[in-house]
Amino acid sequence: MSVNANIAGLHSPEELKAALTDAQYVASPALATSAYLSLALSKPLLLEGAPGVGKTEAAKALGGVLGRNVIRLQCYEGIDAAAALYEWNYPRQMLALRQFQDSEVNLYGTQFLLERALLTALRNPTDTLLLIDEIDRADQEFEAFLLEFLSDFTITIPETGTERASRPPVVILTSNRTRDLHEALRRRCVYHWIDYPDPALEAQIVLTRASTVADATAQAVVASVNLMRAEPLAKPPGVAETIEWAEAATLLNTQGAIWPEAFARAIGVAIKDQDDLAYLAPKLDQILPGQAA
Amino acid sequence: MRQVLDPFFALATALRQAGFAVSPDQTIGFIEAVGVLGARGINDVYLSALALFAIPPERREEFDAIFRAIFAGQLVAADADSDDDDIDAVEPTDETIEIEVEEAEEPTGDEATAAERLAQRAIQTDRDALRVFRDQAAARLPRRLSYRRQRSRKGDRIDLRRALKAAARTDGDLMVLPQSRRKTRQRRIVCLVDVSGSMKDRSDALLGFAHTLVQSAEKAEVFTLGTRLTRITTGLQLSDQDAALNRVAQSVSDIDGGTRIGEALQAYLAVPRYAGFARGALVVVLSDGLERDDPAAMIDASARLSRLAWRLHWLTPLAADPGFAPKTAGLMGILPWLDDLGDGSTAQAISDHVLGIARAA
Repeated sequence: MSVNANIAGLHSPEELKAALTDAQYVASPALATSAYLSLALSKPLLLEGAPGVGKTEAAKALGGVLGRNVIRLQCYEGIDAAAALYEWNYPRQMLALRQFQDSEVNLYGTQFLLERALLTALRNPTDTLLLIDEIDRADQEFEAFLLEFLSDFTITIPETGTERASRPPVVILTSNRTRDLHEALRRRCVYHWIDYPDPALEAQIVLTRASTVADATAQAVVASVNLMRAEPLAKPPGVAETIEWAEAATLLNTQGAIWPEAFARAIGVAIKDQDDLAYLAPKLDQILPGQAA
Repeated sequence: MRQVLDPFFALATALRQAGFAVSPDQTIGFIEAVGVLGARGINDVYLSALALFAIPPERREEFDAIFRAIFAGQLVAADADSDDDDIDAVEPTDETIEIEVEEAEEPTGDEATAAERLAQRAIQTDRDALRVFRDQAAARLPRRLSYRRQRSRKGDRIDLRRALKAAARTDGDLMVLPQSRRKTRQRRIVCLVDVSGSMKDRSDALLGFAHTLVQSAEKAEVFTLGTRLTRITTGLQLSDQDAALNRVAQSVSDIDGGTRIGEALQAYLAVPRYAGFARGALVVVLSDGLERDDPAAMIDASARLSRLAWRLHWLTPLAADPGFAPKTAGLMGILPWLDDLGDGSTAQAISDHVLGIARAA
């Protein structure tokens, strides 16, 4: 099996993990292995997990490591091929039509075509990374369309013909699992379930991403966030919230707030739902970090 | 060479037998992946299998047991973690007997505890009331606007693509302005069925309605609320009602158990995926709302549900009585959060109520 050019210079999952760490993303060994396999086997990578575990971040970091532009397609309910693939620039076509009334004009020339994310990735498979974000929000029809796109990377534009990618582009899909994806789509991908990182890893992430935060603060915040995630909250704090909370508390502390109070004052950064705050209020004493100087 | 690959094929076969959807493509991908990593150790093989067979997190333990059996020569225990799968049931004589519980299809809430007797009963339903629902569902269930557009004589936007095509035929002059409007789609319906002891006489009728709902609505999700929360949508997708209800009866092990509606609703909201189902949906709770303990949890959960949902309707069998008024602390407490409190005594009453909800998109 020939090694795929997508992973030139990376000879093992461990090397990829180290490169991701250099790009400010601390990946678990399992995630590094899945990402490595997806690149080596030229299959899309499907990352599933709760909101805020760092799925989109992983894709961006991977784009950085590979030196590719990340093209993000944000899915939503009702997204269709026109929003994802291409659209004709109708006003320009209309103007051209009136301008050249008596002569021939090709209304479907490239100057009238508006590229969308999938077409851009298809045309530049070597220097882009296609991120299809929150695929679970799109509906079944779009998923079926995407399945077709991912199986042979071919697009047919009725007015101009068929385009095929010269190489399979690098594709990452993320899902918050608000609904189950179709089996066929999962099968086509290399799959990885991103869980909340374990405390040691999360503390490492905080220290990597937030240079101002002291080691002890990071440990305390992570321990506290893990207690919060054990509660039945509507919006459990994600990794981004952990980082922001540690940063915000540190900032308040440098401005003179004493430690436990700094955490309490910055709690709005970690818990962003009024009901959750109300629910946690009586338990805050046990949950908030104590001294973290 | 073939012999070296034997355990890899054996793993794929064992997974398939355990009900994992494994395709030949995935098996080939898995073997390629092991080749790419150079098989430096069993951990590489394990991670490759997880990634290429797309093992969802809730079936990880099951997968682990199968993997160990193939690659470490252990026998697969019928249940890898027997301590969790058996529930102590206390007999009146105070003797403790271990009862084997059927594996539920979906992850469920807390295990039913000792005092809550497990009862699995054959479920029968009144079919006539539901045939009407099935026939009229497509025309009468609530709808919402979709982002997609369709041609329309009285649209709200000019359809430029078609305008251009028309203009091209007439040298750039526009004779008509084609228009488009947004399509509509059926809203998701989330049905939460109370199967606790106080609803015992009704559960057949309610589950019969739930089956018809899943069969006839474009998008529907059904959960049972008892001593545990169980998602039964998958079981109800079988088109034969008897087969579907038998399957549900097997996966719901707490029919006629105690009443903890509040806790079950909280459990529902605590799973982000389930809470997501309720967003923008019509949520119908089929329950008498008789909470044995403090109703605070039930009230709080109803408030949160109502904020997620498009409409929250609570149908109680008690409302069949003309003199019914919500008098319990629980029902009084949830009243401000409900869009409607209606009659949930029979499949007929529930069908009529759901079909009667205004279709406003």
